[in-house]
Amino acid sequence: MSGTWMTTRAWLLMLPLLVIMVAIIGWPLVDTVRLSFTDAQLVGTAGNYVGFDNYTKMLTSSNFSRTLITTTWFAVVSVAAEMVLGVLAALLLNQEFRGRAVLRGLMILPWALPTVVNATLWRLIYNPEYGALNAALTQLHLIDDYRSWLGEPGTALAALIVADCWKNFPLVALIALAALQAVPRDITAAALVDGAGPFNRFRFVILPYLAGPLMVALVLRTIEAFKVFDIIWVMTRGGPANSTRSLSILVYQEAFSFQRAGSGASLALIVTLLVTVLAVAYATLVRKTAGSAA
Amino acid sequence: MERKSPVFIAFVYACALLLAAVVLAPLAWLFVMSISPAADLAAKPLRWWPQAADFSRYAQLLSRAENSAGAAFTSSLRNSLEVAGMATLAAVVLAVPAGWAVSRTPSVGWSLSMVIATYMLPPVALSVPLYMGLSWLGLLNNVFGLALIYLTILAPFTTWLMKSGFDSIPREIEAAAMIDGAGLFQTWRIITLPLAAPVVATSALFAVLLAWDEFFYALLFTSDQRAKTLTVAIADLAGGRVSDYGLIATAGVLAALPPVLIGLVMQRALISGLTSGGVKG
Repeated sequence: MSGTWMTTRAWLLMLPLLVIMVAIIGWPLVDTVRLSFTDAQLVGTAGNYVGFDNYTKMLTSSNFSRTLITTTWFAVVSVAAEMVLGVLAALLLNQEFRGRAVLRGLMILPWALPTVVNATLWRLIYNPEYGALNAALTQLHLIDDYRSWLGEPGTALAALIVADCWKNFPLVALIALAALQAVPRDITAAALVDGAGPFNRFRFVILPYLAGPLMVALVLRTIEAFKVFDIIWVMTRGGPANSTRSLSILVYQEAFSFQRAGSGASLALIVTLLVTVLAVAYATLVRKTAGSAA
Repeated sequence: MERKSPVFIAFVYACALLLAAVVLAPLAWLFVMSISPAADLAAKPLRWWPQAADFSRYAQLLSRAENSAGAAFTSSLRNSLEVAGMATLAAVVLAVPAGWAVSRTPSVGWSLSMVIATYMLPPVALSVPLYMGLSWLGLLNNVFGLALIYLTILAPFTTWLMKSGFDSIPREIEAAAMIDGAGLFQTWRIITLPLAAPVVATSALFAVLLAWDEFFYALLFTSDQRAKTLTVAIADLAGGRVSDYGLIATAGVLAALPPVLIGLVMQRALISGLTSGGVKG
């Protein structure tokens, strides 16, 4: 069969997918760009061209800088904790002990739990009057009075991060475990014979095998964490006093609560740009890690 | 082999117990809340185990009496099933030919890479025009409209999985069928699709999980029982003035049951899908 026909046929087979993707991703993205240069409202007025007004207004607002810091903090702390806990859990699951298969099976549960259910569950656990956390800490005499974990700016973000980590570290653990099981036994045995201690064995023998898969997990989790909306919306709606407001929640408020489609669109594109820069930087890093590990 | 000291073995078991407790305790508590009488949940000190298990909330949520909590819950359950089912079906129908095309004709692969790169886009970057578009089409608060929007998430992902699935089926088998005179669709029906069945099934299950989990678009584009999905219904319950926390927990258990069962049954396939999907480019 000729190459041209193969290529034409491939395009024909891809056509339905590409048409739908252009309609529900390509066009909306282009239209978001157009809207970002207008003062359009969500309902009603089509809006007038206002140049870069929306961008300058959004970028210079204190809301934006504060939300950017909150989002970055959430992403960095929760992803770092998930990576560390995930690798530790994977190292444990790579040992031989009774019930290992069952424990490995349990790790799928937090991952499979819908995000909204996870958020609701932790919201109930943190409940200021009847929550399990308050009850447990009081009964253990670690705190004297019930506290409003999600109601105080000092603890709300940390409480969210714990909830997010609990759901996501098992996935990192499963990915790391799959990588650990690919480490050849004779290499670790040889390192042992050569007198390498546990730390050096991890650093020089095991880590190179983990680096590639972990980098991919790190990239995907960071992008996800930067886009975070669901868990925060259900647990705190960005409160108290906007202390847990993420960038996605800020866009939602601007475009849908205040119905300012134009400035909401500009803010959404700023967020998109940040995520893209992050992803490209990471992709470069992944390629380097993959190159050095091979 | 390294000889393990008794201290090390004890340490491993202690860590394993700790990990099991960390993973299970919140889930177990969700279930205990769902069967504890309201008085037990409001008791101080908190009663960690109900005196008598009370399953009445399950009956309450699954009943279809008018204007009850059950009516709202069952309609959102139906909407979730419909949206996830339709979106998954559409995603698979789009993904099979596209995935096969990219697998067999790598020169068109760049277009799939572009589709997959949209994963980076935050949904907020598309939400305003999608809202206006659905409103213009009269598809706001409509299960068909929501299922269509879910393809933004489901279709790239399933195509990607499908492509790597087709990659592992040797072209020679297909070529042999074609030499024997089978057309393209006949070759698919007789050779390719039966071999790819496990991949198609895994992709479809992933798609169902993604659709079942989705919250942001459902929150934006649905407003009442005609289209609200489970995730929105549960967020409403959690943020509303429901005084019985056990009822919220029960809704959570019911919503979590299908994906958790899928996760447990499909464990091996899901993990290999996650890891291979994560590693292959």
